[in-house]
Amino acid sequence: MTEKRKKKLNWFYVPAVILMLAFIAYPLFNAIYLSFFKWNGYSSSKDFIGVTNYISMFKDKVFLSSLRNTLIYGFLCTIFQQIIGLTLALFLNSKFKGRGIVRTVIYMPAMVSGLVMGYIMYFFFQYRGGVVNDILAFLGMEAYDWLGNGTSAIGVIVFINTWQFVGISMVIYLAGIQGVSQSYIEAATVDGANSWQRFRYIILPLLVPALSSSVIYNLIGGLKLYDVIIALTDGGPAKKTHSLATYIANRYFDAERAGYAAAIGVFSFAMIMLISIIVNAYFRKKEVEM
Amino acid sequence: MSLTDKLKKEKVGVTATSEHIEKMEFRAKDWWKYLISLCLLIIYLFPFYIIINVSLKSFQDTTSRIQFPSPIYWENFNKVISSGEIFTGIRNCLIITVFVLLVEIVLGCMAAYGLARNQSKLNEVVRSLIMSVMMITPLTILVGVYSTMSNIHATSTYWGMVLVLSAFGLPLVIFLYTNFIASIPVALDEAAAIDGASNLQIFFKIILPQLKTVTVTVIILQGVSVWNEYTYAYYFLQKTEMRTITLVIKTFFSAVSNDYGSAAATAVIGMLPLIVVYLFLQKYFIQGQVDSAIKS
Repeated sequence: MTEKRKKKLNWFYVPAVILMLAFIAYPLFNAIYLSFFKWNGYSSSKDFIGVTNYISMFKDKVFLSSLRNTLIYGFLCTIFQQIIGLTLALFLNSKFKGRGIVRTVIYMPAMVSGLVMGYIMYFFFQYRGGVVNDILAFLGMEAYDWLGNGTSAIGVIVFINTWQFVGISMVIYLAGIQGVSQSYIEAATVDGANSWQRFRYIILPLLVPALSSSVIYNLIGGLKLYDVIIALTDGGPAKKTHSLATYIANRYFDAERAGYAAAIGVFSFAMIMLISIIVNAYFRKKEVEM
Repeated sequence: MSLTDKLKKEKVGVTATSEHIEKMEFRAKDWWKYLISLCLLIIYLFPFYIIINVSLKSFQDTTSRIQFPSPIYWENFNKVISSGEIFTGIRNCLIITVFVLLVEIVLGCMAAYGLARNQSKLNEVVRSLIMSVMMITPLTILVGVYSTMSNIHATSTYWGMVLVLSAFGLPLVIFLYTNFIASIPVALDEAAAIDGASNLQIFFKIILPQLKTVTVTVIILQGVSVWNEYTYAYYFLQKTEMRTITLVIKTFFSAVSNDYGSAAATAVIGMLPLIVVYLFLQKYFIQGQVDSAIKS
């Protein structure tokens, strides 16, 4: 095809790019701009205060705990989802009648909005009348206030997010395992490899592409965690379970500190970007090595 | 044989073998697999059982939520259905989802055609910039989006919601279409170009008809995420009559003092449409998930 004709093809992506410039790129720069102001979010006047918002972030205890929680939600959920997801995939790849039903059911919670799942789980972890405490009472154990303190509430949130979306890792790993050529496995069996060795030295190295997709997917999902927290604890008790996402919304709309919320947003945008790039580069290297 | 036929053949081949594998018989030595499966099914179905249970109990019923309701109390469902809010929510979700999908499919496959067929240095940069947008999560730029939306009076409008959700979904859509179009032989385009077809004609007559399978993937993936969208819906759809299902469910849960029954009934009705569709088309849902995650 002629060069001129090829150049004309660029017109095809112009509408999409304009839409993304208007609703993502412009708001991003707008947020960066606003992060240098003291602004309540609606009045027409705002004061330029330089990097003050960024400095006060690191003196704000709630911000620091939200940052820590965000990393916990991101990394802990990702680790659990990989371990459980891969185990489930290996189990459901073994042949037995009815495994399709189990796969279908495990993937099903991913169809429910995080917010609604949060409400459903509230019925489990509520102190009075919660299902978990009912079971404990049945076993003769004392009731526990799961959502009453920061540590256990964070644990509950990690559990729910892992439980709800582990099906996604499972199907990615299943696809990866099914993509491993049966002849490699047979060759290894002939050479006397046991099932652990076959998994460790044949299947696992060939699963690195699936692993990297699943990790990136879950990591971004965990780092942006928002709706489950809103439904379950709304950041409480005593603001101890906030993620950066919920804290941004909290500062913006409840505290009317739009400039400060923008600064936290810019910070978490940069952080998620950086983490994704590093993790991606790490897996690229692994794929080459293995 | 045209490429579509070839692709179809391969697809048929794949499904045929997987169905062949699925025809298995019960074997007694697999008992431990059935034991584990039973545990998994209980773990994954129990929350759904509980929410249905709660929705069928009156608020005076103080028995444990695990216990099956006796007698079954239908009043919660009556109340929710007669108030009609959940149906308004379903209607709003349908409107927003259909239009977001339209915008994303039209703009997405056009953009992908340009990017896949003209792989210049400039377009490599454009492509990576679009892909990096996938890492921008909605909340991080909430302040920017919100003030932009109010500047152009797009809050509490369907079009504003549709455009902002489309923009956020487009990178994934473009990614899926670009990968697919890149696998269609350029020779087809070139042959048509020699016959005098313009770029636009090639796009409509040669490329577009081949995009059916990947469009199904786009509809499923983006459909689920738009249907369940909460973050932006909460901030940008502030009129009561514009609320989506998730927002209606949230209102019921926030308003309860002790009336969890009707909140649970709302949640049950609200979850139902997507779960029913999923159960019927699960093969496509799972295939779509895999296609979108596995990188090229």
